[in-house]
Amino acid sequence: MTTLSFDASSDPILVRRERIQSVAAASLGRRKIYSKIAVGVCWAFLVVAIIPLVAVIVYVVIKGLPAWSTDFFTHPTYPEGIPGGGVWNAIVGTAEIGFIGTAVAVPLGLLCGLFLAESDGRAAAAVRFTADVMTGVPSITIGIFGYIAIVKNFGYSGLAGAFSIGIIMLPVIIRAGETAIRGVPGHLNEAALALGARRATIARKVVVPAAMPGIITGVLLAVARGLGETAPLLLTIFGNQYMQWNPTKPMNALPLVIFENSSQPYADLVQIAWGAALLLMVVVLILSVGSRVLAAVLQKERR
Amino acid sequence: MVAIFVALVAWYVISIAVQSKPAFSTLGFSWIVGKVWAPNQGKYGLLPFILGTIETTAIALVLAIPIGLGTAVALAHLVPDRMRPPLSTAVELLAAVPSVVYGLWGLVVLAPVFREHVEPFLSSALGWTGLFNGPDNGVGLLLAGVILFIMVLPTMVAISRDVLAVVPKEQVEGAMALGATRWQVLRKVVIPGARTGILGGFTLAMGRALGETVAVALVIGNSPFIAHSIKAPAATLASLIVNNFGEASGTELSALFGAGLVLLLIGIAVNAMARVLVHSTARAGGASSVAVA
Repeated sequence: MTTLSFDASSDPILVRRERIQSVAAASLGRRKIYSKIAVGVCWAFLVVAIIPLVAVIVYVVIKGLPAWSTDFFTHPTYPEGIPGGGVWNAIVGTAEIGFIGTAVAVPLGLLCGLFLAESDGRAAAAVRFTADVMTGVPSITIGIFGYIAIVKNFGYSGLAGAFSIGIIMLPVIIRAGETAIRGVPGHLNEAALALGARRATIARKVVVPAAMPGIITGVLLAVARGLGETAPLLLTIFGNQYMQWNPTKPMNALPLVIFENSSQPYADLVQIAWGAALLLMVVVLILSVGSRVLAAVLQKERR
Repeated sequence: MVAIFVALVAWYVISIAVQSKPAFSTLGFSWIVGKVWAPNQGKYGLLPFILGTIETTAIALVLAIPIGLGTAVALAHLVPDRMRPPLSTAVELLAAVPSVVYGLWGLVVLAPVFREHVEPFLSSALGWTGLFNGPDNGVGLLLAGVILFIMVLPTMVAISRDVLAVVPKEQVEGAMALGATRWQVLRKVVIPGARTGILGGFTLAMGRALGETVAVALVIGNSPFIAHSIKAPAATLASLIVNNFGEASGTELSALFGAGLVLLLIGIAVNAMARVLVHSTARAGGASSVAVA
């Protein structure tokens, strides 16, 4: 056995390692304290962030629940001083506007999403980018568009509101639809092609059913977002304190009731606003949670 | 179908531009930076509202950037694994709460607290800066900024958390093996790796704050004058439109469309920037920029 003649103390790499180790050891205490402080600050910020968000929800529940009564759900809005006012007209308005907007935006949005999922060119990228930007443009400007396009020609109406809400939902549905369809495994597509199916048939019978969980989630989230929008409705449906079933006439809607009543000096009108806020929040949360649950159930069924 | 969508978007942008043209032709381009909004004198200056929009957004971001980033870091890397899914879902659900609900809460609950406690305290503690002159109103720039902060927080946290979570595990473990403390790992590896995506999330939140209408209209006090204090009532482009739309006609209506056009162009620019930033992180997987940092 031969011994290597090797002088450890003169190897520059080992010397350097020694030096680094001693510096690291010397600064360890300081670094640990810094780390504790910084991590503590992150935790504190988490708490700071949660407090107001929880406070909003707790307040809406506490102040909104007492407003819920049979009158609240069955009577239209009454002016100040007349007891027994409700939000029935606003519920009908929100439901009709949401339904019409969804009925138009969903087929259009899903077909656009299908097209985007099947194409990779520059034009498709530009459309994709446009849809992304459209999800973030100020909603009031979409209300202005609804005013210019519909109200200027036909007057204030529930349909003008549905038009604006539909445009707000459209880009969300397009992108959600595209993402869901892109997630469908390629071999399903190829198997159908190998069986001699046409592309339209494949889209209808293979791709869309497989993408259904994602599509449903996306659509429900878009509806949840559309129902809560206030600014576009202020410029398009005008508000109406009476019962109105006809969507070609000015209507009322839940967000509008909240907006109008919250700045009123009368306690009973503010009470109605809290009740409407709770109702709107419950509907939106049911849609958001429901979309997740439904997607999970559908996903499980497919396996 | 895609053609319909593209045509709708084009119609949307062009129609607002066309409808605001009368304001540009009767008032010239300088009306956009005019200081006075007085429709009865034929003055339609937008400067107070542009400033109000910038100021409320700035207040919201000054609060949201550190708190949002801290929250996202905690959610992505500090919270125990079991608690992560429910907390993340909760954050996403909060992003779905309609903005008018935040406005209602701000006006009815938070405004009295600001008037009685927060504003007097800030005035006595920070009065020397001159930012807190004037009476305590409750409603005003400060409250609007705080409400916007609460509103944009879920958006910002959800996006930042996603990009913080995709930083490769090998890099985190490598840094730990070298003896880095928890904070050093976060500060030198995780946050730099997600930098672009975080920036994109902030920009997206900024876009939301700039364009928010009803919540701000409820809590900002709606004054058409340039505010000289953070506590003073003011107005933003969006709140101006929503408050004056009902009675406006002629040049005033066109001027409101012009305000909408300014808001739309800002909104497009900010959102386009945000999308580019978020996408570039998603594509790089958050990994490539670490080497540079």
